[in-house]
Amino acid sequence: MHTKKLSSKILVHLGLLLFTIYLVFPLVWVVSTSLKSTTEIYSGVISLIPKNISFEHYLSVFTEGAVVSSMANSLYAGVISTIVVVLIALPASYAMTRYQSVLNKFFLGWILTTQIFPAILIMVPLYIILRHAGLTDSLTGLALVYVVWSLPFVLWMLHGYLKGIPIELEEAAIMDGATRTQIIYRILMPVLLPAIGASMLFAFIGAWNEFFFAFVLMKSPDSMTLPVELARFTGLEGQARTGPLAAASFLATIPSFILFALMQRWFSSGLLGGIIK
Amino acid sequence: MKASKLSQINLFLPVLIPIIFLSVLPLLRGIYIGFTDYELGGQINFNGLDNYRYMLGDQFFWRSFRVGFIWTIVVTAVQVGLGLLLAVLLNLKIRFTSIYTVLMLAPWAMPPVIRGIVWRQLYDPDTGVINAALVSIGIMHEPINWLSSFEFAIPAIIIAGIWGGIPAMAVFLLAGLQSISKELYEAARLDGANPWQEFKNITLPLLKPILAIIIALDFMWNFNSFGLVWVLTEGGPGGLTRLPMLAAYEEAFRYGYVGYSAAIGNVMVVIIGLVLFVYLRVQFRERVTS
Repeated sequence: MHTKKLSSKILVHLGLLLFTIYLVFPLVWVVSTSLKSTTEIYSGVISLIPKNISFEHYLSVFTEGAVVSSMANSLYAGVISTIVVVLIALPASYAMTRYQSVLNKFFLGWILTTQIFPAILIMVPLYIILRHAGLTDSLTGLALVYVVWSLPFVLWMLHGYLKGIPIELEEAAIMDGATRTQIIYRILMPVLLPAIGASMLFAFIGAWNEFFFAFVLMKSPDSMTLPVELARFTGLEGQARTGPLAAASFLATIPSFILFALMQRWFSSGLLGGIIK
Repeated sequence: MKASKLSQINLFLPVLIPIIFLSVLPLLRGIYIGFTDYELGGQINFNGLDNYRYMLGDQFFWRSFRVGFIWTIVVTAVQVGLGLLLAVLLNLKIRFTSIYTVLMLAPWAMPPVIRGIVWRQLYDPDTGVINAALVSIGIMHEPINWLSSFEFAIPAIIIAGIWGGIPAMAVFLLAGLQSISKELYEAARLDGANPWQEFKNITLPLLKPILAIIIALDFMWNFNSFGLVWVLTEGGPGGLTRLPMLAAYEEAFRYGYVGYSAAIGNVMVVIIGLVLFVYLRVQFRERVTS
């Protein structure tokens, strides 16, 4: 009995280990490449451990400037859109949960629709509207697009959480003469913090990762986001820049990876189970 | 009553305005453009079903949708399968689970474009580790340029695509697994059920509603994917890996046929809608009868 338990435990570890290797290896390889010298990368000898650790590619990424400024652009669009989306989704998801109205059906329908329709359909009309507003090739315009892009998820998540919060909490506050704005931002917001945190993380990572809208909307070199900047080096040009691209790829992975590591406890604590229910 | 209606609208207004102007209106306009001959910089003239008639004889369209289906079905099936296996393993809460979880999220933390760059480096004929490994263990004599080979380009993008989606699937399914009551498993164990029986008779049936939705979502995401394959192959070699989104993008922004591009978008919506309708109907029926 005991040995059987032990052997099945070993089997589970083995399974998890194989998964980890499969899923992490490409990242490990990129980090290794980013630390090799240019001569070693093209030397024809391919090994996981660099012969000499060299930071030349990180140096060139930081001195060239284009990657750093595109990173700042991605950060800007990501942070602005994340803050805005949560602030405007809070009252709406509150109203969705507490009142029955026609708008509820509209929102639920819209949330589903956004998942089905490919971004290409919206692209040209969106471009025209943004141009009328003077917001093409502008990070503010892009942040606005990202707000709408992450809204379905954030609305869904906050709505799901609000359903589980007892109404008595608000009734007591109304007795004390609180306005609805006070209820939403002072009383419910603290209770909703885990859901708000998860919404913000997903919204930020969504914006940080997004490619298609930024690729079409952002044309001038100084307004490009990180994925657009890096996607420019395809084909031979990319091959010639293997080292710097590896370094930049690793840097691009760090923000989301840190956020995921912080969120890891939620993944196994069942918090997400509450969203699915 | 009136006053409360008004204040409700106030609560909705901040999301309603961006949704209408940046999502609903452009979308309706986009659907309409699919029924016009609009070319970049030109006039917009309604032309009924002309785009769709042309599509029937357009071999590039058919090739793109064929590879789109192969890509979507294989990637979704393997992602969900491996994601479920991974979720079950993580849910056993064995020691070091949290370390495994963090490490395994790496592909998800990468933007799709970066995933493309990373896999291009792995596949590279001169500097890539995959060729080097296969040559050194003697499976191949010469390095292969996987991404520009007619035989291997599709499997190559599929392998890279599967890899990137496993963590997300595993995390969503893990959330589903955690919503299943532990008492059921304890009861089954008392009855002498083995792990496989537990999985088949408890986990799978109870996970089914969530699984159905996750499969549907993953299917849509994969069918509409763009960045990864764009960076890997730009649709090449010879249009072999031109997924529908790549085809629609090129029609509009490389050749300027915005009307035709939107028409491709419309067909994508109809196809996804039909597939989902049939799929969810079958899922629902099964649940009613069983």
